[in-house]
Amino acid sequence: MTYNEVVKSITPKEKRLENAIRAFVSGGIIGSISELLVSAVSPEFMLIVWIAIAAFLTGFGRFDDVVDFLKMGAIIPITGFAHSVAASSLEYKEEGLITGIGANYLKLAGSVILYGVLTAAIFAGIRGVLWLL
Amino acid sequence: MVTLKYSNVYLNDWFSIASPDEEKGNIKNVNLYMKDYYYGEKTAEEAEIKMQKTVLNHLLQKYSFPLVIGGDLSNQLATMNTTLKCFDKSFLGIYNACSTFIEGMIIASQYIDAKSIDTACVLTSSHILASERQFRFPNEYGSLKSCYTTVTITAAVGGVLSNQASKYKVVSSTIGNVVDYGVKDVNNIGAIMAPAAAKVFYEHMKNSGKTLDDYDFVLTGDLGRLGLELFLHLLKTEYGIHEEEKFMDAGASIYKENQKKLQGGSGPSVIPFVLFNKVLTSKKVKKVLVIGTGALHNPTLVNQKKSIPAIAHAIEIEVLK
Repeated sequence: MTYNEVVKSITPKEKRLENAIRAFVSGGIIGSISELLVSAVSPEFMLIVWIAIAAFLTGFGRFDDVVDFLKMGAIIPITGFAHSVAASSLEYKEEGLITGIGANYLKLAGSVILYGVLTAAIFAGIRGVLWLL
Repeated sequence: MVTLKYSNVYLNDWFSIASPDEEKGNIKNVNLYMKDYYYGEKTAEEAEIKMQKTVLNHLLQKYSFPLVIGGDLSNQLATMNTTLKCFDKSFLGIYNACSTFIEGMIIASQYIDAKSIDTACVLTSSHILASERQFRFPNEYGSLKSCYTTVTITAAVGGVLSNQASKYKVVSSTIGNVVDYGVKDVNNIGAIMAPAAAKVFYEHMKNSGKTLDDYDFVLTGDLGRLGLELFLHLLKTEYGIHEEEKFMDAGASIYKENQKKLQGGSGPSVIPFVLFNKVLTSKKVKKVLVIGTGALHNPTLVNQKKSIPAIAHAIEIEVLK
């Protein structure tokens, strides 16, 4: 066995199934509440509620504990996005408004925006082609 | 590898400061605990600087040394450079990741043994919030941690070495080389460092003509529980050393099981923290081999999918009666 194979065999495995179930349930619950909020008030209201909750929990240093428990179920929805910009802003606030917060605000969320927009453009293209046919 | 022997080098004293996380752990006898991570300062970096200053000031009350050798994990050794500007001392800034303290002890021992200087101070520190930001994610970011990773400890430790006889004699040391077994997973620090530790251990035995029986105890740096297992595996398969009882890992012994610290503590202050406050103060230990291990991890190269090299240095300390 090569060293890397030994490392792989000894290294404890992540509990993937348990994590996936937790993420499925927690993400599902967040989604269902959002659905209720959308039908009761409006989509914008729903977004604001989640962003506010995530940003506050981040500011009080509690969101990482929430993620620890809910796993990716709390990161994939808009809560994760709000959390990542809030966390980056807090972390870099001592380095100034421009070089600190401004430059690092989208440090983690930048790839979400870039690939989100890119995916949307690709799917819009496919949809356009289908419509033409 | 180069093995150096010393005839007249002693470890005289030390001072350590740590955070409440370490206070809840297994290592007692620490000189000072902070109330929180910030130590009355605004940022983690300033707190680390204040920790280093506290250590130096306490050591300077008892000893006078013209030279400080030290390093930490911050980029360009920023925190230690800032600390040393407040002291009128010659300064050698060094970096070997988590084996920095042992590297410092080797350099200091060499100067003292060559009678170039009488006394030197070796200093190191690490701060969990500062290194999380620098090497990983913003602190408040809820990144999911792998169950096999280690956690940086928050502590600053300084030691004074001199030619004045004391209980602790520095006998010899081996300067390790950079080893890379192709591990690319940055979370698995133990697996990266285990080969370097095993190699320096074997070379030290070979060059000094000793066997494991000559030591009461072998203390490895911050391999963590998993890393120690891999280290023992490598000793068995590559070097034919089958004994397992005499090895202890400093990182794995710092925290209690219920502290959620995964595989244990890491950082350059781990090895002196455990060596000074647990191993050397215990009455059972007479001859100890200390292996400081460092993962030479650079976030840029890791993102470029390069494997991570590691280094380890060994130093032998004898406790005299």
